[in-house]
Amino acid sequence: MAGKRHFDVRRQPGFAFVAMFSFFALYLPMALLVVYAFNAGDSLALWEGFSFRWFVSAWQNDTVQDATLRSVIIAVCAAVLATSAATMAALATTRTRPYRGQTFTYALINQPLMIPEIVTAVALLIVFSRIKVWTDYSGLGYLIAAHTAFCVPFAYLPIRARLESMDLSLEVAAADLYATPWKAFRYITLPLLRPGIIAGFMLAFVISLDDVVITEFVKSGGQDTLPTYMLGQLRRVVTPEINAIATVFLAFSVVIVTAFFLMTRKKT
Amino acid sequence: MAFPDRFDGLPAAPRCEGVYKVTGDTRGNNVAIDVLGVTKVFGAADSGFRALDKVSASIRQNEFFTLLGPSGCGKTTLLRLIAGFEFPTEGRILLDGEDIAALPPFRRPVNTVFQSYALFPHLTVAKNISFGLEMLGWPATKIASTVERMLALVKMEPMADRLTDQISGGQQQRVALARALAPNPRVLLLDEPLSALDFKLRKEMQIELKRLQGETGITFVFVTHDQEEALTMSDRIAVMSAGRILQVGSPREIYDRPTERFVADFIGETNFLEGEAKVAGDRLLEVRLDAGATVKATAPDAALHAGRTTVAVRPEHADLVPGDGPADLTGVLKNIVYFGTDTHFHMTLDNGVPFIVRQQNTPGEGSGFSIGEQVGVRLHADAAQALKD
Ligand SMILES: Nc1ncnc2c1ncn2[C@@H]1O[C@H](COP(=O)(O)OP(=O)(O)OP(=O)(O)O)[C@@H](O)[C@H]1O
Ligand SMILES: [Mg+2]
Repeated sequence: MAGKRHFDVRRQPGFAFVAMFSFFALYLPMALLVVYAFNAGDSLALWEGFSFRWFVSAWQNDTVQDATLRSVIIAVCAAVLATSAATMAALATTRTRPYRGQTFTYALINQPLMIPEIVTAVALLIVFSRIKVWTDYSGLGYLIAAHTAFCVPFAYLPIRARLESMDLSLEVAAADLYATPWKAFRYITLPLLRPGIIAGFMLAFVISLDDVVITEFVKSGGQDTLPTYMLGQLRRVVTPEINAIATVFLAFSVVIVTAFFLMTRKKT
Repeated sequence: MAFPDRFDGLPAAPRCEGVYKVTGDTRGNNVAIDVLGVTKVFGAADSGFRALDKVSASIRQNEFFTLLGPSGCGKTTLLRLIAGFEFPTEGRILLDGEDIAALPPFRRPVNTVFQSYALFPHLTVAKNISFGLEMLGWPATKIASTVERMLALVKMEPMADRLTDQISGGQQQRVALARALAPNPRVLLLDEPLSALDFKLRKEMQIELKRLQGETGITFVFVTHDQEEALTMSDRIAVMSAGRILQVGSPREIYDRPTERFVADFIGETNFLEGEAKVAGDRLLEVRLDAGATVKATAPDAALHAGRTTVAVRPEHADLVPGDGPADLTGVLKNIVYFGTDTHFHMTLDNGVPFIVRQQNTPGEGSGFSIGEQVGVRLHADAAQALKD
């Protein structure tokens, strides 16, 4: 395609080296982490043979079980809420005539992507601690609310992309064929939007599952999620159990990301 | 809902005139759609774009009515107003004598075949066709039998379970047609439905459409900017330009008796001749042409006045004769273009105006005329048509 005259970054001196180095820097630590998850010994540096013992030990660890369950509950709730909100936001911002302040609305919805997480974390901490004092409630609700908030823009992006690429004349055709606005949405818009909604849900789910900073600030005592538990463990004696947890986490993420990829690629 | 009973008859069931409230036009024909002084302005009412300007038309029941005009003249806008996707800025639209302004599109017994087809990509061919019926809440058995009949009508039975992106463009077009016909609408709107098809398929579909219209007895409002398509298919044609309807009439009337220069020019080839007119009777002018002869010209009311006027003469409504014989007009032959079935003779009249004569070809010999020769033209009786200015 590109003629010889065109600038091609691949032909620049040192390109191959930089590329290789970047991949190593990225994936070598991960590879080591996975390898040592199967270490039979207690060390993160000394290989003593292959074993599943750390997976078993993590599986039987009550604290890990608790944290995992909590992570999943929060992620499911937050992803459901965020995806619903994002779907409505996407419909409201694409299925209208252009209006004043539309760009501002986009910016407002997507701004959480730009704001440093730590700022959101501190802000939420201050507000939630007030509410805790007033209401005496200290359950998972705070974490779910916080996660929902920062997941919305992630769910919003694929849904809006899907809506924007959708042929508007389909909804007009549905109206022409006696579909009320609600039926047109239910039988035409929603089914066509489904891949976008699923992609948005999975993205929100993974983002929530992975969060450390905001969770660390907002959680009450005994509300560790898997990532904050792991962070806590690192401050103490580190065993390959952490590697085992991380490995399962990684495998899970790879599965979800692959599904996400297939979902968004199929039928544009 | 104003029209529920009409969805209940089986699609091809004969229509019982007594059931519907019908209105007649001045000739006693039943009118399906009355467009009364409709203006559509996009944008601000005073400064916006005037897509339709006081358009009026009566579309009769069971008629194949065609809107013909150049790109951007407002054909699609008029269809969208009838379907209810847009609302008139001024004027009213009546369906069977009832004002439908208050009805949203999903309450109008009017269906559209969209130019882009707009088939639902997540539904099969059969489900696309049944969509409207399901929305109307027809019983399942009736939906099934209707879909069956529609599939047969457009010869798509073998593809009933395909998704719509797994069939060809011509097949998609037929599905779009079946989908719009299935609910047995009072009026079917077709927005350039054949423009995406290749020549051969288009010819087939033209015949198909005509057959369907005859079989179903549904009023068709058909949009095209292909004049030949309009002439061959329509019962009546409305020629549009810049948001106005210039003339409504049968294909013959539109072709033989254009009332305006734009209509004469847009449909087929025409010679325009200027002259001095005086009124010579009912709808008749006597025009002394600048090019020489004095002819009788049929005139629409708007052109029936003395003074300067323009007459149109179709190239095939004149004969080329040798220059030394008797003739209405004389000039020099400039070019001869052979078309297979006929030959076009381009000449320049003595007063410098171009004129074309079209002559049917006969087997064997050539035309007998040669370029540069002095020739004459004899106009057929009734050939001249005065145009309003
Ligand atoms: N929503 C709109 N806003 C502003 N102008 C519009 C809108 N829809 C149509 N127009 C204008 O109105 C005019 C008529 O448009 P319309 O689509 O009816 O043309 P058309 O006769 O169907 O042309 P074509 O043969 O190209 O389809 C055009 O000049 C178009 O630009
Ligand atoms: Mg159009």
